[in-house]
Amino acid sequence: MAAALDVLADPTRRSIFERLADGPQAVSELAQHFPVSRPAVSQHLKALKDAGLVRDRADGRRRIYTVDPAGIDDMRRWLDQFWDRALAAFAAVAEGTEGKETKG
Amino acid sequence: MSVTTIESVQKSVRVGIPPAKAFEVFTARFADWWPLATHHTAPEDAATAVIEPFEGGRWFERGVNGTETMWGYVTTWAPPERLVLAWHLNLDFHFDPDVASEVEVRFVADGEGTRVELEHRNLDVYGLERGEALRTAVGGEGGWGALLDEFAKLAAAA
Repeated sequence: MAAALDVLADPTRRSIFERLADGPQAVSELAQHFPVSRPAVSQHLKALKDAGLVRDRADGRRRIYTVDPAGIDDMRRWLDQFWDRALAAFAAVAEGTEGKETKG
Repeated sequence: MSVTTIESVQKSVRVGIPPAKAFEVFTARFADWWPLATHHTAPEDAATAVIEPFEGGRWFERGVNGTETMWGYVTTWAPPERLVLAWHLNLDFHFDPDVASEVEVRFVADGEGTRVELEHRNLDVYGLERGEALRTAVGGEGGWGALLDEFAKLAAAA
């Protein structure tokens, strides 16, 4: 956590991170917005990645960076398990109603 | 431009009753099967939960003290085939009028029974929400504390 804050203390790095919060971008797209060289942008991205703030993936020859969606993955995992359980409960009640009139 | 990156959650279950009946159990008897004891959003215990049976209807819980706490809305009410609910709960499970993912439930006739197919989609909204929260925290005046809180919260939830 301290590492993440240290990493964001650099103004350029913080700007890069803020830009990624708007949506995924390739290194080349990002570099257009900053008065530093593309290798320098890559360096900043590496620091952000090491701190667990962003993730990257290959897209052909490009590398796309996004804000690390760890929190979103948690949500998705939770929903995945939750709906299993909810639908099982639904099925149990539904099977129990067979041949009976429901209330109301 | 919206970029779809988060896969929807898809589930299905087969029940031995026809679609119309399955639709009715899913909606009219929602509180009978939803795990209310563990899955409610208000601080007080939930006495019941309701899906109002019409388009634009509310989807909410009612607490033991009578307080109603919103979860979302019915966006498609098409018995016996289809139900779509807007899930207006954010990452902290609080109602947020500006954040909605979507739950579609289809009731497909399968022999004498029904295959209930559920899809929870548009999960990308949580990415935007988190990105926005981080951006505000980082960009704001004296925002370091807020950022730290955000991380602590996410870490605690992990």
